[in-house]
Amino acid sequence: MKSNRAIRTPGGLSVRLDVRALTAVVLLVLAALTASVLLIGTGDFPISAGEVLRTLAGQGDAGQEFIVNELRLPRVLVGLLVGASLGLGGALFQAISRNPLGSPDVLGLSQGATAGALTMIVLFSASSEQITLGALTGGLVTGAAIYLLAWKRGVHGYRLVLVGIGVSAVVTAVNGYLLTKSDIIDAAQAVVWMTGSLDGRDWNQVWPLLGLCAVLVPLVLANSRGLRMMEMGDDVSYALGVRVERVRMLLMVSAVLLTASATAAAGPVGFVALTAPQLARRLTRSPGPNLLASLCMGATLLVTADFVSQRVFGAGQLPVGVVTGVLGGAYLLWLLVAERRAGRI
Amino acid sequence: MLPRRRAVRAFGLLLSVVLLVCVAGASIAIGAKDLTLGQVWHGLFEDSGTYGDTVVADRVSRTLLGLLVGAALGLAGAVLQALTRNPLADPGLLGINAGASAAVVTAITFFGVTSLSGYVWFAFCGAAAIGALVWFLGGSRAATPVRLALAGTAISAALYGYLQAIMILDDAALGKMRFWTVGSLAAGDTSTIVQVLPFLLAGSALALLLARPLNAMAMGDDTARALGANLNRTRALSMLTATVLCGAATAACGPIVFVGLMVPHVVRSFTGPDQRWILPYAAVLSPVLLLGADVIGRVVARPAELQVGIVTAIIGGPVFILLVRRRRTAQL
Repeated sequence: MKSNRAIRTPGGLSVRLDVRALTAVVLLVLAALTASVLLIGTGDFPISAGEVLRTLAGQGDAGQEFIVNELRLPRVLVGLLVGASLGLGGALFQAISRNPLGSPDVLGLSQGATAGALTMIVLFSASSEQITLGALTGGLVTGAAIYLLAWKRGVHGYRLVLVGIGVSAVVTAVNGYLLTKSDIIDAAQAVVWMTGSLDGRDWNQVWPLLGLCAVLVPLVLANSRGLRMMEMGDDVSYALGVRVERVRMLLMVSAVLLTASATAAAGPVGFVALTAPQLARRLTRSPGPNLLASLCMGATLLVTADFVSQRVFGAGQLPVGVVTGVLGGAYLLWLLVAERRAGRI
Repeated sequence: MLPRRRAVRAFGLLLSVVLLVCVAGASIAIGAKDLTLGQVWHGLFEDSGTYGDTVVADRVSRTLLGLLVGAALGLAGAVLQALTRNPLADPGLLGINAGASAAVVTAITFFGVTSLSGYVWFAFCGAAAIGALVWFLGGSRAATPVRLALAGTAISAALYGYLQAIMILDDAALGKMRFWTVGSLAAGDTSTIVQVLPFLLAGSALALLLARPLNAMAMGDDTARALGANLNRTRALSMLTATVLCGAATAACGPIVFVGLMVPHVVRSFTGPDQRWILPYAAVLSPVLLLGADVIGRVVARPAELQVGIVTAIIGGPVFILLVRRRRTAQL
C-alpha cells in the first residue's frame, strides 16, 4: 500500500492524503469508543455492552439510564477528554522541546497543578470545585514561570527542558512540604489526587473541558504546518515564512492550557502525555508531530488504563494514575532497548 | 602550580573549615527550644542530664549526621560531574536518590526490613541500578547534559509514581513515608550515625583518592589513555563511589537534591578545574550548605520546622536555573 496519495479535484486543487496516518486515526477512535462502552458497563452493577448502547440511544430502563447517563458516562467523557488533552499537550511539548522525554509531567507542569490543588486541600480543606480551580491556577502560573525563565531572545528547546526540570524540583519540594503539614486524612486525599483518578467525576467537569477542547484543538491543528516546518530548525522555518516565535508562543500557551485543565479535572495522570505521542508516531510511521493521532492515542490510552484498573483491582480500588504510571515505566524501559538497538546509544 | 596560588588555596580551605565550625555551632545553638550559650556550653562539656543537655545532645547528633551526609552528597556530585563531564550532574537530578528511596521503601513495605543497617544495602542496589539505567537511557558516552537530566527526571517520576501507589495502598506507610521522602535530618541519632558511618567514610576516602585519575579523564579519553590512566577502572570506581555515598546518605535522611549540584559549581569558580582542590573543598563546603539550610528550616517555620530537603530544593532550584541560563554552561 502506498502510504501517500494525492487527491486532485477538477478545479486544480489537490490534497495530500497520508493513508496510513488516516487509518491509524480511525482505528484509534474506534478503539477509544469500544473501551468507553466496556468501561461504562464495568462496575459494581455490570451492564452488557449491548445494553449500554441501547441505554445511550435512550431505550434502557430507568435504573440503567440513571447509572449510565448520570454516573458512568460523565466519568468516561472526562477520561476521553483528559486523555485527548494530555496526548495533544504532550505532542506539542515534545515537538517544541525537540525531545521524546520533554513532556509536561517531566517539565513540572503537572507538579505545578498539584501544588495548586494541594494548597487548596491542605490549607483550606476546600471543596472539589475549589481544588479544580487551584490546580488550574497552579498549572498556568507554573507554565508562565517556565516560559518566562527560559526566555532569552527566544525560547530554545534545551533551555526550556532544563528550566522546566529546575522548576519541577522546586515545586516537588513545596508539594512534599504541604504533604507533611497536613493531617493524615487530608494527606490520604491528597495522595489519591496526586496520582490522578477519575472516581466521582460528573457533568460539572465535562462541560468546561469540552468547551476548552472545542476552542483549542482546531486552533492547534491550524498551526500544525508551522510546527512541522519548525522541526527543520528556526532559521529554515523563518526562510519558509513561519513566524517562529509567535507560533511557538501560541502553541506553548495552548499546550499549557490543555495540560493544566486536564490535570485540574483528573489530577496529574502520569505518563499519558509522555507515551501517547511516541506510540502515535510509531503507529502512523510518519514524521512530524502527529498531533491528531497523538490526541486519539491519549484518549484511548487513558480510557483503556481506567478499564484495566477497574477490571484488575476492582471498582474504585486503585486510581487510573497507578496503571498509567506502570505503563510509563514500561515505556521508558522499551525506549532504552529500542534506542540501543537502533545504535543511538 | 605557583607556590603562592597553592598557599592561597590552602588558606581558603582553612577558612572554609572555620566557616564549617561556625555553622555547626549555629546548628547546635539554634532551634525550636531557645537555649542560652551558657546552656549550650553546659550541655556540650558538663552534661548532667538536664532538659537543656538532652536538647543539646540531640542537636549534636543531628549536626554530625548533617556533616557526614552533606560531605557525601557534595563529593558524589563532584565525582559525577567529573565522570560524566556534565556540569548539571547531581545525584538528585540523575535519579540516583530516587532509586535509593524506591529501594528502601520496597524493603520496608514488602520485606519487613526495619533497621537502617538492613535497608542500606537495598539503597545501594537501588542507587546503582538507577544510576546505570539513567546513564544508558541518557545515551552513555554520547550523553549530553540535557539528555541525562531528562532521563534522570523521567525515571524519578516513574519511581515516585511507584512510591505513591504504595502510599495509597498502605495508610501506615503513608504516615511514615511522607516525612521521609522529603529529606530530613530530624531522624538523626547516634545509632543512625554509627550505622552509616563506615559507608560514608569509605566512600569519601575513595572519592578523594579519585582526584588524580579524574583530572586525567577531564582531558578527553585519548589523552587520558596516553597519560597512562586506566579509564575503565576510573569509571567503575567513580560509579561505585557515587553509589555508596548517595545510597548511604539517602538511607539515612531521605532524598536531598541540589546539594551535589550547587557546591561543586561554587567551588570550581575559585579553584579552577583541578579535582585535587575541588573534592576537598566540596567535602568541606557541602555540609556548610546542608547545615545552613537545616538551620534556616528551623528558624523560618518556628515552632515547627521545614525539612532540610525542602530548603535545599528551594535554594537550589533558582541556582540551577541561573546556571542553565548562563551561556557557557548551556553550551557544554
